[in-house]
Amino acid sequence: MPNSSDSEAGVLSAPHVLEYPYTRSVGPIIGHFLGGLLERKLFGIRRPDGSVLVPPAEYDPDTGEALTDLIEVGQAGVVTTWTWIAEPRPNQPLARPFAWALIQLDGADSALLHAVDAGDEANMHTGMRVRVRWRDETAGEIGDIVCFEPEAAP
Amino acid sequence: MTERIVGIKTPIKLEYTYTPGLASSRYLNGVARGKLIGQRCPECSKVYVPARGCCPACGVTLGEEVEVAQSGTITTFCVVNLPFYQAIKPPYVCASILLDGADMALFHLIQEVPAEEVRMGMRVEAVWVEPGELGPTMESIRYFRPTGEPDADYDSYKEHL
Amino acid sequence: MRDVAVVSFAQMPSVRREAQRNEVEMIGPVVQSAIERSGIGRKEIGFTVSGSSDYLAGQPFSFVMALDAVGAWPPIRESHVEMDGAWALYEAWVRLQHGDINSALVYAFGKSSPGSVRDLMALQLDPYCVAPLWPDAISLAALQARALLDRGDYSERDFAEVASRGRAAARDNPNSQVTGGADIDALLGEPYVASPLRRHACPPISDGAAAVVLAAEDTARRVCERPAWIRGIDHRIEPAALGVRDLTSSPSAELAAANAGVADGGVDVAELHAPFAHQELILRDALGLADGVAINPSGGALTANPLMVAGLIRIGEAAQRLIDGDATRAAAHATSGPCLQQNLVCVMETKQ
Repeated sequence: MPNSSDSEAGVLSAPHVLEYPYTRSVGPIIGHFLGGLLERKLFGIRRPDGSVLVPPAEYDPDTGEALTDLIEVGQAGVVTTWTWIAEPRPNQPLARPFAWALIQLDGADSALLHAVDAGDEANMHTGMRVRVRWRDETAGEIGDIVCFEPEAAP
Repeated sequence: MTERIVGIKTPIKLEYTYTPGLASSRYLNGVARGKLIGQRCPECSKVYVPARGCCPACGVTLGEEVEVAQSGTITTFCVVNLPFYQAIKPPYVCASILLDGADMALFHLIQEVPAEEVRMGMRVEAVWVEPGELGPTMESIRYFRPTGEPDADYDSYKEHL
Repeated sequence: MRDVAVVSFAQMPSVRREAQRNEVEMIGPVVQSAIERSGIGRKEIGFTVSGSSDYLAGQPFSFVMALDAVGAWPPIRESHVEMDGAWALYEAWVRLQHGDINSALVYAFGKSSPGSVRDLMALQLDPYCVAPLWPDAISLAALQARALLDRGDYSERDFAEVASRGRAAARDNPNSQVTGGADIDALLGEPYVASPLRRHACPPISDGAAAVVLAAEDTARRVCERPAWIRGIDHRIEPAALGVRDLTSSPSAELAAANAGVADGGVDVAELHAPFAHQELILRDALGLADGVAINPSGGALTANPLMVAGLIRIGEAAQRLIDGDATRAAAHATSGPCLQQNLVCVMETKQ
């Protein structure tokens, strides 16, 4: 190909920013969960077998049956698994080192993903109890939960 | 009674460092020198301007570089009456322009002529920015304007509509 | 069912950053090579289908541009999945069952280098309660790895052994990207990226492309001495919410493997799409692979992980071993979604 080596030296590049200002309709079930956050309450939804999903799902993950029985659950729970993030990424809940964790709230049978502000990795272990830390001004979105924090020893 | 949230804002912003690739770079580097560079398909012999990676009809890598003319024929056009870009005052014309020596029309603005006088077959030429302002961007060509030549015969561009 | 086989496979070497070529320029040579090796004329191909993701490319509808690489004139039958190319191959296999066409081209491309792939994978998650927190891809995998360690059957050394074996195998694979440093104790000395995952237990960021040609019955026999006949192929998905799944096992991979018939005759080789080391351990159990099976002789996704391509590469690598006469029965696996949410298993044989 003529001039290909010359041309290859001049391959261009440029910054490219893609922004989508999405506004989402959340539907009645997630809408109730987010409305709960607004007043600092956590809601789950009961499945026909009696178990409770947090966050609530519109339909049963096993059977697809519509779920409607929203119930309030506890504001503290147990870490079922976790990972330590020494260098937080942009947009993540905390700017200092923190843990991501799956947290099974009291009264729930499934786990919720959120951050745990534990200070140091040595303070984290599976099975530990954590409690929600609320944002000063809630807005009806998942970010109303700033993070979870280790529950004080009893 | 818990208030029900109806909608949430979930904006996303993604940052990339984008490369247009070998062929488009070749084309844009040509534009930065005030030249229009295409590439010929080794199979169907068509000349694509801008140059591109593969012949979209044959699926083979394009070969020989070809510099094409800076004048051509309007194959089709539209008159824009809504202000999309504040920089250009409507009504203005966007046209598909078949450059002499090319087999693929490119899109650009038509200026220096009232919108209602633009027509299929009209001969036009590129008007570039000042030499010091040339860059690897399509904005290096400010617009196309009529050359004043007689209109091209319909048969000469009917395969390129 | 019609007998359908992989008759050719091509890929570009995976690289950290393909700074010169755009997607079309990456795909073009790979598609041309796969078609040439298939012995089927490009105009004879009955169906074309691809897998890719627009978020990676940073360009909505990027797959439309990619069509330049296949030559869509006269108009071709074409489809696209916003998934790994392995699912595109599944669609092609189904399409070939209609009986009116005899060959299909499947290709996949993924260029992760232009953006921040670790972060943008959050966009595949629940957009209401999870994605707004921007959990990154490595962190989610780490949650799964910790759950597996907590179960007690595996250790971090097991993760390092998987990575070490992959790196050693990758030395014989010119298309792989990571080959160095296979000493297990040295690997265990690396700092955590997201505990308990160290660098070696995570995939590289890769740019890549691959293509496979499928052919049915007599067409396959005509063009290929030893076609890799697809004996079973199935894919299954689990709920999206991580918190409702048992992350330490893969029921979807297990079911897909059973339906694809992995257990219906031993396999010599298995190519498992495990971007994270611990996922290979979970998958090995889910597919019920015996001790003697050669797992990821290509080096696997830990040594080259072009997103949307690495699953199709597993099928291609496994098929190539059958085509080359190095194996007679192979299992290939592809995954998609966080923590092995979705899994595809394809069993291939040389036996007619």
